Amino acid sequence: MPSERILITGLSTYWGGRLAQALEGDPSVDAIIGVDNEEPSVELERTEYVKVGTQHALLRRIVEAAEIDTVVDTRLVTDSATTSPRKAHENNVIGTMNILAACTGEGSAVRKVIFKSSTHFYGSEQDDPAFFDESMGRPHPPRTPIERDILEAEASVAEFADRSPGVSVTVLRFANVLGPAVRTSHIDLFSLPAVPMILGFDPRYQFVHEDDVVHALEHTIQRQRPGVYNVAADGVLGLTEVAGLLGKPYVPILPPWGTSIAAAVARRLGMAIPPEMLAQLRFGRGVDNRRNKAAGFEYGYTSREAVLALAEHLRLHPLLRSSAEPYRYEREVEEFLRWSPNVRNGSRRAAVADRQDLGAGPPVDHYDDLRPDEIVSLISSLEPQALRALREYEDGHHARAAVIGAIDSAISRSQRGVAKGGGAPL
Amino acid sequence: MRAPHPARIAGMADSPRTPLSLREQPVPEGAPAPGLPARQQDDLRRYLPGVEPERELTDWGRSERVEGLMDRTLIEFYYRYWFRTEVEGIENVPATGGALLVSNHSGALPPDAPMIGKAIREEHPRPRPLNITVEHFFKGYPGFSMLLPKIGCVAAHPANVHRLLYDEGQLVLVFPEGRKGTEKLYKDRYRLRRFGRGGFVEAAMRARTPIVPVCVVGAEEAQPVFAQLKLLKKLTGLIYTPLTPAFPHLGPLGMLAYLPAKFKLRFLEPIHFEEEGMHADKGLVQTTAHEVRARIQEGLFDMVSKRQSVWFG
Repeated sequence: MPSERILITGLSTYWGGRLAQALEGDPSVDAIIGVDNEEPSVELERTEYVKVGTQHALLRRIVEAAEIDTVVDTRLVTDSATTSPRKAHENNVIGTMNILAACTGEGSAVRKVIFKSSTHFYGSEQDDPAFFDESMGRPHPPRTPIERDILEAEASVAEFADRSPGVSVTVLRFANVLGPAVRTSHIDLFSLPAVPMILGFDPRYQFVHEDDVVHALEHTIQRQRPGVYNVAADGVLGLTEVAGLLGKPYVPILPPWGTSIAAAVARRLGMAIPPEMLAQLRFGRGVDNRRNKAAGFEYGYTSREAVLALAEHLRLHPLLRSSAEPYRYEREVEEFLRWSPNVRNGSRRAAVADRQDLGAGPPVDHYDDLRPDEIVSLISSLEPQALRALREYEDGHHARAAVIGAIDSAISRSQRGVAKGGGAPL
Repeated sequence: MRAPHPARIAGMADSPRTPLSLREQPVPEGAPAPGLPARQQDDLRRYLPGVEPERELTDWGRSERVEGLMDRTLIEFYYRYWFRTEVEGIENVPATGGALLVSNHSGALPPDAPMIGKAIREEHPRPRPLNITVEHFFKGYPGFSMLLPKIGCVAAHPANVHRLLYDEGQLVLVFPEGRKGTEKLYKDRYRLRRFGRGGFVEAAMRARTPIVPVCVVGAEEAQPVFAQLKLLKKLTGLIYTPLTPAFPHLGPLGMLAYLPAKFKLRFLEPIHFEEEGMHADKGLVQTTAHEVRARIQEGLFDMVSKRQSVWFG
């Protein structure tokens, strides 16, 4: 069953926003509703934003009222440096519980639930296999609060899947995300002038590029693929190799014993090393991504390419930092643009509708006021695409033979030009 | 499928246990994630990641550069000049596909594994890299954790062995005696310890790859262990602290000091497992493990009995 009415939780997170943007371009998606307790951080055209509390207690009413058929949960906090443990727990465990509760019940229209999880699920331990696959549980109990939260959240998703056989439940476990737009503790670590390591350890790291994260979510929305999938790019890199790709030296400054004390000191100095990262810096982690590939997903980046993309961004970042104005959500403006009957042009929504229903306006300003000889003199300066649009418009509105003939000859001239190798019309 | 090899274990087919053909499909290893419908494990081998030639390490963390450096210097020296290694039956190591090499194990810092790897690189018509399984312990130990994966060691986890054998079709070396082998004293030399719980046989059967038993003579004399120092073990937190001719009184590097015993390696005929689902039969697994152990033991006694000198062979 295709997904037409989609609810995205965690709209203000990077993933929620990116996913909503991607879905807006898909004409088969009827409605996109995003909920979060913070305002969206990216510009959205037709997604509706509803502010809800951290616990998502009232979500059920939204789901029922909007007849949501697909719920995408992008809200899981997997980096304990971003928020306090208590808030993370509230969000990860209680929030997940409430979201799942909103999808159950008599006559619920929800047919698909997609849950964004993390490979922190598996932890990092001394006796780990080199590649975790989806059927392996966590070999040891969780060590950090965030890992405990992830396990609890996944347990409630699994329980939900058990209880609701009619709903297709997909859990996507993402490896460490890299990319120019996203911010994680690992990216902060790699942004330092040198990559800190634990003395005597070269952990194995697997990454996934931010675009692949969004594509994987989209891929899952478009298809029926219940189950658990690891989403991690091909290739497991050693941390020394990562440092090499970033063009930075690596410094084994963290001692192998008493590492957590050293990390606490580093935290005081402004170097964010959350506890779950510490285990990874020691033992690393690799996962088996083949099941996701077998489900038809194709990765755009390998781990190595994701690191290289980040390296490029880190070099360019200091130059670009101040130039772009960050997007700010203004409730009144957004609502005016979406719903006011006075909005005609300029509204992105109206523009989308125009393009779909009425066809384009005149391709040249004041075209209807121009005389045929003026048009003919103007034709030679136009690009082939504009010519074709003009031809169509002239055909539909005035249908003057002289003008059409002139346009046709210009089009054929430009085509000959292309065939010869030159692109410019005359 | 290959034709049954003549070296297939005698008595395996006519054992009183249920015939293999009557056995049903094996249940996949590992409990599926609770509640979520586990996808039927179709053959995922074709989805293995491709090789990126620009990489320095493999996905297992192996480094051609570090390995090559070790191979040309330290291992070359020990193999050629110090131990003067002699090799028999190298043709029993298959030229393609996965195979599980099973060997006896001894020495405080065992020299047998690198010598077997070197023998395959040197003597085999088609040299192949060897993956050596090591204790998880080493992954937690600074320095070792960094070095061992680079020279081709992987943690002895059933999932690792299966991936190497079945998915990637590589050579894997295991020491079923494990720590019991390296802890054993000089007076017990060439007497094999218990072979674990037969996990190695299970791995080979599950991957349907042959087992190649390997006998190593010389390692016991190269680093004889006279005693285990329990107090030092407690103090240092090492997994074992043997008393050898050079350790602990000459310091940690004493672990690398070997006596120049003559090394002899013998690769025995491979044992093939072609049927599917053999690993589900624990009895068969145990029988096969005993058989492999008996063959290695027999080979060792044969080699030792023909040896005229510990140092000159």
